[in-house]
Amino acid sequence: MEVKLEQLFQDKVDQEIKIEPRDWMPEKYRKTLLRQISQHAHSEIVGMLPEGNWITRAPNLRRKVALLAKVQDEAGHGLYLYSAAETLGMSRDEMFQELHTGKAKYSSIFNYPTLTWADMGAIGWLVDGAAIMNQVPLCRTSYGPYARAMVRVCKEESFHQRQGYEIMLTLANGSPEQKAMAQDALNRWWWPSIMMFGPTDDNSPNSAQSMQWKIKRFSNDELRQKFIDATVAQANILGLSIPDKDLKWNESTGHYDFGTIDWEEFHQVVAGNGPCNKQRLKARVDAWENGAWVREAAMAFQEKEQARQTKTEAA
Amino acid sequence: MDQKEWPLWEVFIRAKQGLNHKHVGSLHAADINMAIENARDVYTRRMEGVSIWVVESKHIHANDPHEQSALFEPANDKVYRHPTFYVLPEEVNHM
Repeated sequence: MEVKLEQLFQDKVDQEIKIEPRDWMPEKYRKTLLRQISQHAHSEIVGMLPEGNWITRAPNLRRKVALLAKVQDEAGHGLYLYSAAETLGMSRDEMFQELHTGKAKYSSIFNYPTLTWADMGAIGWLVDGAAIMNQVPLCRTSYGPYARAMVRVCKEESFHQRQGYEIMLTLANGSPEQKAMAQDALNRWWWPSIMMFGPTDDNSPNSAQSMQWKIKRFSNDELRQKFIDATVAQANILGLSIPDKDLKWNESTGHYDFGTIDWEEFHQVVAGNGPCNKQRLKARVDAWENGAWVREAAMAFQEKEQARQTKTEAA
Repeated sequence: MDQKEWPLWEVFIRAKQGLNHKHVGSLHAADINMAIENARDVYTRRMEGVSIWVVESKHIHANDPHEQSALFEPANDKVYRHPTFYVLPEEVNHM
């Protein structure tokens, strides 16, 4: 029976028929998606923190409203994704619990500090750029609610990258100090950004299954290469140099070759030993705990209003 | 965790006057007003709508997807419900 259902499921996926919440799905498909979507949602929420750091110190009002709007979008993206994840049978509170206890992960890029204003540029350009590479194919992912959430996210994400690049452009064409600041931000964010695509294909054991189920459409290495190929030219326009001495155009492959990624650093940050892991998690736990009375009060208010209304209707 | 979770709401947005409300997603809120305000912030940050409906998710009832065929198959063989089923002479254009 199970085998037959699994075959029917795979046939649907192969025919590009979307899977919806109440359709039969293999337990492992459900678990994989739940892990991926909740992790994605957590990344949006934690991702607000490094940028939130600069809202009050944006250099002018134009930059400030843009940054505010971007951070607000990220809250929205987190919410779309949490709703999509909830359709797989885990409550919102359980997901928060998993984030707060460290059981669930979020993108490790957000465990790096934002030291200067140029980091707002580098994050928009590189981090959002890498995220877009990942997210565009996810608009066609096999699970309906996830695909629909991603369509919405992708529509909004393009402004994030453009505003970041514009910040970099302004700094790169500014004073020597400003240009140096932009270069410094690129130096610090480049490697963590290309790590965002995850481990190399030969170290990514679950990838094949996710590809078969069409959760993923491209492998980690394919997406990373695409990102690097697109970004080099953008760095040239800025007149900034990518901090990789092995980066070189390869005529025969039609792609850029690049240096070795420090996977030890990646694993350390994922394991909780990045520069800001503790600070980020603490900010989330504090927000949750300090907001408890608000959630409680809102429910109490609703119950009281409802009781009042019932009484009026009875009279 | 012992605290009660805010209920889940489904959100429907009318993109512009004259169109129907369309399901866009869901969110949590304590009451109707909060659901509408949150829906505005979450789903209409870029003028996506002129009207919002919210319905508590528990009030939505759906057919069983496993009985899909019993419910929808009877319509499959009724091609005579479509205009192209009827053969008319060439001269009768655009009927």
